[in-house]
Amino acid sequence: MKKFVSSVLAASMVLSLAACGSSAASSAASSDAAASTGSTTASADFTPIKIGGIGPVTGGAAIYGQAVKNAEELAVKEINEAAGYTVFDFKFEDDEHDAEKSVNAYNSLKDWGMQVLAGPTTTTPSLAVAAEAANDNLFMMTPSASAEAVIQIGDNVFQICFTDPNQGIASADYIAENALGTKVGIIYDSSDAYSAGIHDKFKTEAAAKGLEVVADEAFTADNKSDLSTQLTKCQSAGADLVFLPIYYQEASQILIAANSSGYTPKFFGCDGMDGILTIKGFDTSLAEGLMLLTPFAADASGEKTQAFVTAYKEAYGDIPNQFAADAYDVVYAIYDAVKAGNLSGDMSASDLCDALKTQITGLTFDGLTGDGMTWDASGAVSKAPKAVVIKDGAYAAM
Amino acid sequence: MNFKTMKRSTKSNFITFGIVLGFYLLIQILSAAGLLTNSFSGQLVPICAYVIMAVSLNLTVGILGELSLGHAGFMSVGAFSGTLVWVCLYDTACPKPLALLLAFVVGGIVAGLFGFVVGVPVLRLSGDYLAIVTLAFGEIVKNFMNACNLGIDAKGLHFSLKDIDSLHLEADGKVLINGAMGITGIKKASTFTIGIVLVVLTLVVILNLVNSRAGRAITSIRDNEIAARSVGIPITKYKLMAFVTSAVFAGMAGVLYSLNYSSLVAKKFDYNTSILILVFVVLGGIGNLRGSVIAATVLTVLPEILRSMNDYRMLIYAIILIVVMIFGQSPQMIEWRKKVTARLRKTGKDEPKGVA
Repeated sequence: MKKFVSSVLAASMVLSLAACGSSAASSAASSDAAASTGSTTASADFTPIKIGGIGPVTGGAAIYGQAVKNAEELAVKEINEAAGYTVFDFKFEDDEHDAEKSVNAYNSLKDWGMQVLAGPTTTTPSLAVAAEAANDNLFMMTPSASAEAVIQIGDNVFQICFTDPNQGIASADYIAENALGTKVGIIYDSSDAYSAGIHDKFKTEAAAKGLEVVADEAFTADNKSDLSTQLTKCQSAGADLVFLPIYYQEASQILIAANSSGYTPKFFGCDGMDGILTIKGFDTSLAEGLMLLTPFAADASGEKTQAFVTAYKEAYGDIPNQFAADAYDVVYAIYDAVKAGNLSGDMSASDLCDALKTQITGLTFDGLTGDGMTWDASGAVSKAPKAVVIKDGAYAAM
Repeated sequence: MNFKTMKRSTKSNFITFGIVLGFYLLIQILSAAGLLTNSFSGQLVPICAYVIMAVSLNLTVGILGELSLGHAGFMSVGAFSGTLVWVCLYDTACPKPLALLLAFVVGGIVAGLFGFVVGVPVLRLSGDYLAIVTLAFGEIVKNFMNACNLGIDAKGLHFSLKDIDSLHLEADGKVLINGAMGITGIKKASTFTIGIVLVVLTLVVILNLVNSRAGRAITSIRDNEIAARSVGIPITKYKLMAFVTSAVFAGMAGVLYSLNYSSLVAKKFDYNTSILILVFVVLGGIGNLRGSVIAATVLTVLPEILRSMNDYRMLIYAIILIVVMIFGQSPQMIEWRKKVTARLRKTGKDEPKGVA
């Protein structure tokens, strides 16, 4: 009896809090709507399209989700202001980089009335959400979930980033064609789908291009506090180039370890390396000469990039990374497709998806992360990879 | 059968089943009336999986009295083996319901085997030592599955701990487990009805075990191992019985959970998930199976209800946990609750007299 009473009380407490939650929700939603319509007058004959975003804004991968959220918010705001009426309504949900939470976020966005999904941010959640979106025939374009398996799930799923295998192949080709090194060492995170995906294809392609992989060292998310062992193995194997298909936090540790042991190979990274110059307390002179294959560089001189970086900095006080640029491009690519097809929010999500699928495959899109991007029916993007080198503490073209 | 003359434990069991079936009927009615949100209906299967996890862990923690921190490991083992069966049988002539049944059975059996293998040496330990070893088990499973590559072609199964290329698959080969990416392209099969059937099955088996002769032996080990040994109860046998049963149902919960999503990664079943399940058990009341059912349901739904509060939801979730723990377990609160219920009883008894 006692236990029963306590559980009833607990349940009632939960319910009362839930009630607070939902009222807060509606007020937040209305303030969102007010923000998007506030400065503009809604065009009478246009129903706004509801765009949803998903990504981790809490937990270990929060910087990626936060960047995506900010950039999408910024793009939606700019588009609405430029059009003079509300083109897009935007809502972003947190998924904590977890597949279950991401599907929950997707369902909750569907309850809100989402018609187009600009997400999720990371690969594992995207795999789960893409299956749901394919089931509902809801148009989905992910800014940064780069695994090939994501777009294989349905013909409604598109990517704006390179697939992992493509990055691996492009890196190996680039290294071989520019004769950057002959003996290659690799250090990668075997517990991460992104890193392992690039690594696997890089190895195959490197062998085909006549590069010799002398050391192939892995670490996992649980034992990455000290990466000097892996680096030492590369050194003793005589690698003159170390390929790092990893994120920049771990890469910075490797650079520090290489510096202290006096090992000076060339380092080559992929788009996860972008952001290494923004780490607080990291001596950027150590990154001097680091090459990376990235579609976006915040200090590039392009007019579009400059405008984006300035606007982003003004709104959020941060220098945008490549995740932000990808997300910004996603919203603009969807906007271009919407304009091209004369689409509006009064269509059902499924009809809108079919229309967008036709439009996006016929589109040539110039964005921050590449010019002349095109998509084929598989959902993969085709754009030229760009390599940059770090010179005097800034990116320079190679 | 008279409800009043029924044994107390039987009555309590009926209430538990009533809650589960009532919940099922309520959801069916709401769903037929179109009142369910996408958000809530998407959580029904995970709720069932977590309820099974909590009830089965309660058998180890509450009834056997041993702290296990590796319950997600059994879930992981069951999920991977059951899903493999499902993925392999999906494209064959095997009828779907049979394939699904096989997936659940295999998931349960494999997890049970792991429970046995781990249990034999581990159950010689107790208390903190056992907790640490089960924790290590969960981590081993996670790291192993993260590195595991498995493929199938005409020649049979290929396995490697390095990468996909070292599988040396033939052109027609199919990758089943792809290292850190896990299993992808799973055809979803779990439904709420399957989930509820499994919950009921779990409750039937575990409630019966607890109220049986074996169950009394298990609780006697919990209450005083030396005394239990002195009256001739085979300690190892009963400890293993509880531990393996618990693992079997965790494995089935894993299959239920993984077949609800199109991809399965080992990272999901980490230390945090084990702790989450333990929180369900502790919050619902250690040894109280009905409490586990309710706590698992409420705590699974809670973060989603709080979603609209954005970044504050983690904070509120934590505060609710603390408040409920204090309300349920602190001696002062227990005393206060006793007083209140006693007063309620008194007024309840007084009233009819007044009327008479």
